[in-house]
Amino acid sequence: MTGSAGLTRATLFKDLRLEWRSKDATNAMLFFALLVVVIFSFSFDPTAEESRRIAGGLIWVAFLFASVVALNQTWARELRNQVLDAYRVSPAPANSLFLAKVLGNFVFVSVLEILMTPLFVIFYNLRALGPAYQLWIVAGLGTWALVVNGTFFAALSLRTRSREIMLPLLLFPISIPALLAMVEATSSILTGEFSAKFWIVLLVTYDLVFTMASLFFFELVLHAE
Amino acid sequence: MLVQNAPSSIPPVVTVTNLVKQFGRFAALRGVTADFPPARLYAILGDNGAGKTTLLRSLAGLSAPTRGTISVLGATNPREVCAEIGYMAHPSLLYDEMSAMENLCYFARLYGIRDPERSRNLLCRAKLDPHLSRPVGQYSQGMRQRVSLARALLNDPKLLLLDEPFSNVDVGSAREMARFLGELRDQGRTIFVVTHQASFLEEAADEFVWMAEGQIVNRTPSLLTTEAR
Repeated sequence: MTGSAGLTRATLFKDLRLEWRSKDATNAMLFFALLVVVIFSFSFDPTAEESRRIAGGLIWVAFLFASVVALNQTWARELRNQVLDAYRVSPAPANSLFLAKVLGNFVFVSVLEILMTPLFVIFYNLRALGPAYQLWIVAGLGTWALVVNGTFFAALSLRTRSREIMLPLLLFPISIPALLAMVEATSSILTGEFSAKFWIVLLVTYDLVFTMASLFFFELVLHAE
Repeated sequence: MLVQNAPSSIPPVVTVTNLVKQFGRFAALRGVTADFPPARLYAILGDNGAGKTTLLRSLAGLSAPTRGTISVLGATNPREVCAEIGYMAHPSLLYDEMSAMENLCYFARLYGIRDPERSRNLLCRAKLDPHLSRPVGQYSQGMRQRVSLARALLNDPKLLLLDEPFSNVDVGSAREMARFLGELRDQGRTIFVVTHQASFLEEAADEFVWMAEGQIVNRTPSLLTTEAR
């Protein structure tokens, strides 16, 4: 267990180091999300009340699309020089690699969210009428839902010819329950009209189910030809 | 002339029986049957598409057989003994953005090796400076090959599988590498080298295994070119 945790940590730090040096994923994600915020703000001119109702959807759709860029990159760097084969021929557990990738993506998407949320707040003049602390919980659970599925399906589409198209095709339909929960929870907190508890419980359940399923199947995906 | 097995009383370290590997309708390996005794250096030769790399990947556990069986170090699934296998592919299997030392230290962790001394020693053995902070992507192809070989040796493997280790390496370095492989064999390791530059292994190799159209067509103790084929 300690060995697996150590290996997860080593792989995570390796990925963070590679991203710090190349900035492949973060740059693309940030520019994409920034474009979405700006284009949406020019396309709509909502009142403060309308903003609170639609912001949940806008924010999460922007993060979902932007995170696909990072998710595609996460395995692409393992394909260069066929580095993934070095992992496949080693006795290292597959789940250590998967968890490290999920944690790495969680960090990248969280950084994106931290940088982009103030822009959303400014452009849409947002202010939470409900319990604002719950936004942190929704953000954490929602981001985990995106990255755990995204990392798994990015690995699954790794060997397909058009993997950059394949990932959204696989990821978006399966993310609908999580996306619905994220949007509804965020909207309920922003408008303060109803409790977000049901949607938060749904997100927790979704995260647990898909994390377990991904961990269970990842070894098969890793060693598939 | 078909020579499938070299006569030997020593139990083989690798046995393949009727090994078939198909990619769709294309059969890369067509019923390969062979025994390979331990502590020998095998040079696997043949034209492009002969099945050399596929055979090596099958032994490494990267490619599951379509039919037939493989026994590597006593295990029918090479993954069970992967800690004892060193694999060097034609691509470098290295992260271009990291230095040689960073690469080796990371891959050493995959084998449970935390001490950076092992990585440092292997880099020195490969005549590379462990303190060089330049990323591997900026290395010459020859330097990258040497780092790649060092990576394959991290776990002190009993079975070493090398795919084109001499490609893009200058003649002097290739001869040095071949001498080094001879030393590793003398220490008791079994080594398979897929190469198009068999002349470098003329002295070091114990056996030349000739492949064509997905089969082993000949096994010779020396590099007999036209006769062997």
